[in-house]
Amino acid sequence: MDGQAQIVVERVNHTYRPPRGRPVLALSDISLDIRPREFLALLGPSGCGKSTLLYLVGGFLPIEAGRILVEGKPVAAPGPDRGIVFQHFALFPWKTVRGNVLYGLERQGLPRPEREKRAQAFIDMVGLHGFEDSYPSQLSGGMRQRTAIARTLAIDPSILLMDEPFGALDAQTRSLMQTELLKIWQRSPKTVIFVTHDVQEAVYLAERVAVMSARPGRVKAIVETKFPNRDPSILRSKEFVEKVDQLWNMVRDEAIKAQEATGS
Amino acid sequence: MENVAKTAVRYLPIVIVMVAWEAIARLNLVDTLALPPLSKVAAAWFDLMRDGELVSNGASSLYRGSAGLLLAVLIGGTLGMIMARCRIFDMLINPLVELFYPLPKSALIPVTVLWLGFGDGSKILLIFLGCMIPVTIGAYNGARGSDHALLWSARSMGAGSFRMMWDVVLPSALPELLNGIRTALALAFILLVSSELIVSQRGFGYLIGYLGSTGSYEGMYAVVLTVALLGFAVDRIYQLLMQWLLRWRD
Ligand SMILES: Nc1ncnc2c1ncn2[C@@H]1O[C@H](COP(=O)(O)OP(=O)(O)OP(=O)(O)O)[C@@H](O)[C@H]1O
Ligand SMILES: [Mg+2]
Repeated sequence: MDGQAQIVVERVNHTYRPPRGRPVLALSDISLDIRPREFLALLGPSGCGKSTLLYLVGGFLPIEAGRILVEGKPVAAPGPDRGIVFQHFALFPWKTVRGNVLYGLERQGLPRPEREKRAQAFIDMVGLHGFEDSYPSQLSGGMRQRTAIARTLAIDPSILLMDEPFGALDAQTRSLMQTELLKIWQRSPKTVIFVTHDVQEAVYLAERVAVMSARPGRVKAIVETKFPNRDPSILRSKEFVEKVDQLWNMVRDEAIKAQEATGS
Repeated sequence: MENVAKTAVRYLPIVIVMVAWEAIARLNLVDTLALPPLSKVAAAWFDLMRDGELVSNGASSLYRGSAGLLLAVLIGGTLGMIMARCRIFDMLINPLVELFYPLPKSALIPVTVLWLGFGDGSKILLIFLGCMIPVTIGAYNGARGSDHALLWSARSMGAGSFRMMWDVVLPSALPELLNGIRTALALAFILLVSSELIVSQRGFGYLIGYLGSTGSYEGMYAVVLTVALLGFAVDRIYQLLMQWLLRWRD
C-alpha cells in the first residue's frame, strides 16, 4: 500500500496553541492514504479539522506527531508541487485578478509571453474575462473564489489541495466549475484532496470519500464512489442517490456529535 | 464647475484671513512693524526671489530635509519590517524605540552639531533620527498585521524569504507605513526649520532668523509664509501619492 500511495498521512496529531486561551486538539491520530492521481473528497462537520489536515499536507503547519509523506518524502515546507486553494481565498488584495494569477507563474520563472497567455487562459476558464484589472475588493465572494482557483490551477501542481473551493458559488457556476475541474483532472491527472460540505458534490467528483469524525478529527470511514462515468445524468441514478444517502447519514451523525460536544 | 465652486468655498477662510490681515495692517490697528501689510510681504517675497536668497536657501533646506527623510524611510521601514518578522530583532530594538519615542527630538540639535558640525550633516542626522521613529513604528505595526494566509500563499507558489518580504509583508504594511511617513514628513519640516534657526548659515530657518534679527520683518514674513505653503503643498502631493499607492483598497 505504502508503495503506491502518493500521500501518506500516518498517525498525525495537531494541537493549536493560541497565545491566549487553552490549547485545542484539532486532529488526533489521523491516518489516511491517497493513491497517485486519485480524487479524494473530505467530508466532515464544521470544526473537525479538515482545513488543518490540508495545511499539514501543504507543509504550512509543523508536524508534531506522526508523519506525512508525499511521494515517499516527509513534508517539510510548502512548495509549488502542492497547490492550495484556501477556504478564505488568500488573494493578494493589492494585486488585480491578472496580477494574482500571474504571481505563481512569475515565481516559476515562466517567460513573460507564455505566462500572460497562460494566466489569460485560466481567467477565461473561470469566467472572469473582463475583470482582469479589478482588485479583489471590487469583486463578489464567488468571483474572488474563482480567482483563487485560477491562480492555483495555473501553476499546474501535481497535487491539488482544495478547501471548499466552490463554497461561495451559486449552483449554476458551481456546476460549470465542477465540469472544468474534472476536465483538468482528466487531461493532466493530479492527486486531488477536495474538502466540501456538499455530499452530492463529493460523490459526484471523487473516487473515494473520506468522512471525518467530530473534533478531534480522525477518519471515520472511507467510501468508494467510483462510477463508470461522470456524466451529469448519473446524479439521478439509483446507485448515486444511495451513496449520497449513506454518506449523508454518516456526516449527520458526526455533526450531531459535534453539536453535543460544544453544547455540553 | 461644481468642483471649482466647492474648492472656492473650501479656501474662502484663507482669503478672508488675507483680506483681514491687509485691512488690520492698513488701518494701523496693530503696530505695522509687528504685522506689515500682506501686500508689502508679497513685494518682499518677490525681492527675495529676484536676488536668489529664497531659492538658494530653500535649495539647501530641501536637500537636507529630503536626504534625512529618505534615509529615515529606507532604514526605518526596513528595520520596522524586520522587527515585525524576527523575534530577536524585536527584543533588541523595541526597547530602544520605546525609550527614544518620548524624547523631544529638538533636544538633539546641540548633540548632532557636536558630532557633525554646523553644516548639512548635522541637520540630515537630526531629521533622520527624528523621522525614523514614526516610520519604524508604522512599518512595524503594519507588518505585524500581515495575514499569515497570504504568506503561506506566496510560499506555496514558490516565493523565498526575500520575495515574501517584498511581495507580501511590505504591501501589507503599506497603509500604516504610509501614515507613519506622513507624520515623519511634518516632523521633518519642524526639525529642519528649528535646527536651521538655531545653528546654521543657510536654509529657510537661517533666513527667517537673519531677516528677523536685522529688522526686515516683511521679508521674514515672506519666508515664513513660503515654508507654510511649501509644507501644505508637500502634504497635499503626498496624500495624492498615498491614494494612488493604496488604490487597491475599497
Ligand atoms: N488558529 C487557530 N487557533 C486555535 N484553534 C484553531 C485555529 N484554527 C483552527 N482551530 C481549531 O481547530 C479545529 C479545526 O479547525 P479547522 O479549521 O481545521 O476545521 P474545519 O474542519 O476546516 O472546519 P470548517 O468546515 O468550518 O472550515 C477547530 O475546532 C478550531 O476551533
Ligand atoms: Mg475549514
